[in-house]
Amino acid sequence: MIWRTTHSSARIDRAFHIQPLSENTLIIYFGQQADAATARRIRRANDAIAHLLGSVLIDTIPSYGSIHLTYDLLATDFSALHKQLSECIASLRPDPVQEAGPKRIEIPVYYGEEVALDLHAVAALADLTAEEVISIHSAQEYTVYAIGFTPGFAYLGNIDERIQAPRKQTPRRKVAAGSLGIADRQTAIYPVESPGGWQILGRTPVDLIDYSKASLTPFQMGDRVKFISVTRDEFLALGGSL
Amino acid sequence: MGLSVTNPGLMALIVDYGRNGHQHIGVSVGGPMDEHAYLWANRLLGNNYGDPQIEITFGMFECRLEAATSIAVTGADLGTRINGRPVRNWRAHAVKAGDVISCANPVSGLRAYLAVKGGFRVDRILGSSTTVVRDRLGGLAGDGTKLKQGDRIPFEPSTDQLLMSVPAQFIPDYERMLELGVILGYQERHFPADEIARFFATEYQVTQEIDRMGYRLAGDPIACDLDGILSEGISYGAVQIPRDGQPIILLRDRQTIGGYPKIGCICSLDAARLSQRKPGDQVKFRQVALTDAVRKKKVFDRFFGIQPR
Repeated sequence: MIWRTTHSSARIDRAFHIQPLSENTLIIYFGQQADAATARRIRRANDAIAHLLGSVLIDTIPSYGSIHLTYDLLATDFSALHKQLSECIASLRPDPVQEAGPKRIEIPVYYGEEVALDLHAVAALADLTAEEVISIHSAQEYTVYAIGFTPGFAYLGNIDERIQAPRKQTPRRKVAAGSLGIADRQTAIYPVESPGGWQILGRTPVDLIDYSKASLTPFQMGDRVKFISVTRDEFLALGGSL
Repeated sequence: MGLSVTNPGLMALIVDYGRNGHQHIGVSVGGPMDEHAYLWANRLLGNNYGDPQIEITFGMFECRLEAATSIAVTGADLGTRINGRPVRNWRAHAVKAGDVISCANPVSGLRAYLAVKGGFRVDRILGSSTTVVRDRLGGLAGDGTKLKQGDRIPFEPSTDQLLMSVPAQFIPDYERMLELGVILGYQERHFPADEIARFFATEYQVTQEIDRMGYRLAGDPIACDLDGILSEGISYGAVQIPRDGQPIILLRDRQTIGGYPKIGCICSLDAARLSQRKPGDQVKFRQVALTDAVRKKKVFDRFFGIQPR
């Protein structure tokens, strides 16, 4: 018999480790596993650190199992930061609302043939029909594990093992902006046209990086993301281009 | 009034001190590859430390000035001339409307900085005018494009005759064998002791694969007992050791995160010096304590009046 406890947050690992890197950077390690609980813990720690350090903090990179910080070295030093950060992170308590995810974002995706360049290859590999791959991919909720590669490129995980596929052996020179890809246990959308080796399953009409908007990108570390399958007409009506 | 580009050469970019505060969404910091030379150019002209300049890589650059101002040229010696007459590097020069500034090929170093009094007037995007081609951010049009023929970069004319020069003891010799100070860190524990010893004993050569993202070196390969790691934030100057064991030093336009093991970081001022080295040059690594590196960088930052935010 399988037990599903509703108090799973009590089992979250509380350990962390702070390491200096360069004159004005350090990294905080929270874990060596990519999972939703770690991503949300890092998101909460990152928010708390930004609040704690204010203008002393120059830049932050939350990613999978760590937070990389750049600070003003004329305003503080590593040993002072180590003390402040240790106290701050140790005092973070799991918040049931926060643990469920700070925000849920719905992203419309058109999984049609003319944009889903690798849908059939992925289906063949998985021994499923294209429709089954789409329904499995869009059924689930994902978590933002990291943002990088290009501005606004969010690594989302984990995808269902049944539709897992490796990166393409030869990356494409050009992947259209808005393309939705999968690679290993992750899925992501290319915010701008770029080279890329992920298996392309569809395309979103949503702008994932927009420098004219204050928010720049809809995603933040730890957010929950759900893809909504839309028809060709809906995709075009939402501003998508083929 | 402005500066009109008649030949961009191999690569000329608008840079300022960098685009901070957006790494969490994957935006690279960018900025001058050689901050020592860049900061001196602004200082010679009495500019703000972060005023926009032109970073000229490898030379063949030519431009015409539409108005009088003072300029400063620092960094690599690219055989710079004003109206065909050779000019000294590391100093300010008074120029007038119609003057032509041209660069030939590198005599020493790789990247020169051209600043005007008051800085170039370039719009900022995400708080900076610095060009990051891969991010499609910054530069004249804001979209990360390099300078091209016909571009016009605005500046305020000035009749101040600024003639300061950099004291000789602060002018680096880019031909000298470079020792890169390394602060061990990141996955250092996963490099066996004899591998770390070899890393510090080896003379590495700068390869052809050098750009604003990073410098790939060649020498005795270094082994790590990790194949890959969970992608994590990458510091300026991080020394990445990919599977082939050849170090890659990550510089201004590096991606924000990466999944290769790293042995530590080189001191940021050494990273600036490295950016003036060309393929075939030799470099060595030397272990330094974090506190020593911090002390030097603080002196440097105070001298130039750096105020990060």
